[in-house]
Amino acid sequence: MIPLYARRRLTNRIIIGLSIAATGFGLLWLVMVLGTLLINGASAIGPALFAQMTPPPGSSGGLLNAIAGSLVMTGIATLIGTPTGILAGTFLAEYARGSQFGELVRFINDILLSAPSIIIGLFVYEAMVVRMGHFSAWAGAVALAIIMVPVIVRTTEDMLRLVPSALREAAAALGAPKWKVVVMVTYRAALQGMVTGVLLAIARISGETAPLLFTALNNQFWSTDLNRPMANLPVVIFQFAMSPYADWQVLAWGGALLITVSILVLNITARILAAWSSFKS
Amino acid sequence: MSAEIAIGRKGRAAGRHGAFGDAAFKTLTLAFAVLVLVVLAGVIASLVLGAAPALEHFGFNFLITEAWNPVTEKFGALAPVYGTLVTSAIAMLIGIPVAFGIALFITELCPNWLKRPLSIMIELLAAIPSIIYGIWGLFVLAPFVQEHIEPALIDTLGAVPGIGLLFQGPPLGIGVLTAGFILAIMVLPFISAVMRDVFETVPAVLRESTYALGATTSEVVWRVVLPYARIGVFGGILLGLGRALGETMAVTFVIGNAHHIHASLLQPGTTISAALANEFTEAVGDLYLSSLIALGLILFVITFIVLALAKLLLIRLEKQAGS
Repeated sequence: MIPLYARRRLTNRIIIGLSIAATGFGLLWLVMVLGTLLINGASAIGPALFAQMTPPPGSSGGLLNAIAGSLVMTGIATLIGTPTGILAGTFLAEYARGSQFGELVRFINDILLSAPSIIIGLFVYEAMVVRMGHFSAWAGAVALAIIMVPVIVRTTEDMLRLVPSALREAAAALGAPKWKVVVMVTYRAALQGMVTGVLLAIARISGETAPLLFTALNNQFWSTDLNRPMANLPVVIFQFAMSPYADWQVLAWGGALLITVSILVLNITARILAAWSSFKS
Repeated sequence: MSAEIAIGRKGRAAGRHGAFGDAAFKTLTLAFAVLVLVVLAGVIASLVLGAAPALEHFGFNFLITEAWNPVTEKFGALAPVYGTLVTSAIAMLIGIPVAFGIALFITELCPNWLKRPLSIMIELLAAIPSIIYGIWGLFVLAPFVQEHIEPALIDTLGAVPGIGLLFQGPPLGIGVLTAGFILAIMVLPFISAVMRDVFETVPAVLRESTYALGATTSEVVWRVVLPYARIGVFGGILLGLGRALGETMAVTFVIGNAHHIHASLLQPGTTISAALANEFTEAVGDLYLSSLIALGLILFVITFIVLALAKLLLIRLEKQAGS
């Protein structure tokens, strides 16, 4: 065998070996994080977790108020963020193809998509909390909605662009005005993809902690007043995990498992939906 | 072009019905598109207004002062800025080669049936929220690093003159190194997803012809795939860097939150986002609060530049692929 060829083959094997090792390294963390979550979180999961309020240090309790608060704020954020994101995405896909203004909006949207969420928290703090004079669930929901919008804008635009022009042209040829074409033809064709985008956006905000720290803050008690601080899972996890109390730490693990499972379920549902719609077409 | 067509279509419809609906719907969608710009403008305005008192009070010194003392109201951004840059640098140092390896495996080596599941698993790594990495880092990674990795580093690299300075002091587990390591895991999926996508844009003909000349897989990657995809790879790296710079919760858990600059990576430090998460709701006094917002402004400017650069590179790549 020629030495040069042997050397090249050796380099190749080393590179391939390193590449496989890198993949294993990446997957190792997924397995380890999920594994630890299951082991530590499972002991906290029980009826009490869903039935009792967050306890003071040293006594047992659950996460009921935090779970409810997270659901309420995520729900409001979804109600604000979904129409906003879909309409802005519609503008980009249907009215702004090739226009400079569209390019600008797309560019800014992509930057907001990756911008640090803590900055959004600061913005809502300045814009709402300072003005209203107190932390509130509304502010938390608005912060989450702002984080949601860029995700939905992006997926809506992408999905609408996948709809064949022939569909639009056929509807227009029948005399339908453009808004009817968009609402009754394009939206219907892209519906599954758009729902996927909304689900992914909900998954994205379910675990967001940083923007809630300055807006919804936290509340140890049950509260349905949207004008007051409201408990939420991520901030409770943060506070409880950083505390020295064993009871609190167990609850933090339970909350962490709960959030992660919901996010993974949302993600997998979104993927199945996307796969199903591409299978159908 | 498309704008003209749209106007033409609208003109035709105007003669019959739906002209009002058309105009209303277009204006509605336009308003929400403008809202995206308004959010960005609002973010900039609120950060600048909030930071103004601190920046006026400390001037340029704010950027180059390490002191951070709420009691005497002396604040400087140097320690958090340093911490942000160093943790991100560690994350990139570990994250880039690993992400490259993963992208290489998925696009060039792995059998077809494994591609999708593997991609999904890596993407799930990105779906896990920051706070989960934080709690895991605090209770699992930090003790492990303290017991096994840091003593080894101190014994080996710590004894080397020069870079030994980076590995001095007691192994605490909590510190800049652990924070950088967690960030590396968190940015992995983002970088490898972009790299995978740009590797897939390389025309199969290029790969096949290189293989036909007798090249090995590693030669195809180094000489053909990587040069072809280099703009996209760079864009992906910047995207990951943007994420690492602004990452909050995971870092807050494991960095130790000390406003000091140590040469050693094993010591506690802080980052901009960690300082904000820890101190913001407890900050008493206008100057303290304003200084924290000024930190936020610095973070925003840095990430905006990095992300804008990433986006511009990726747009250039799209145009190149389109032509």
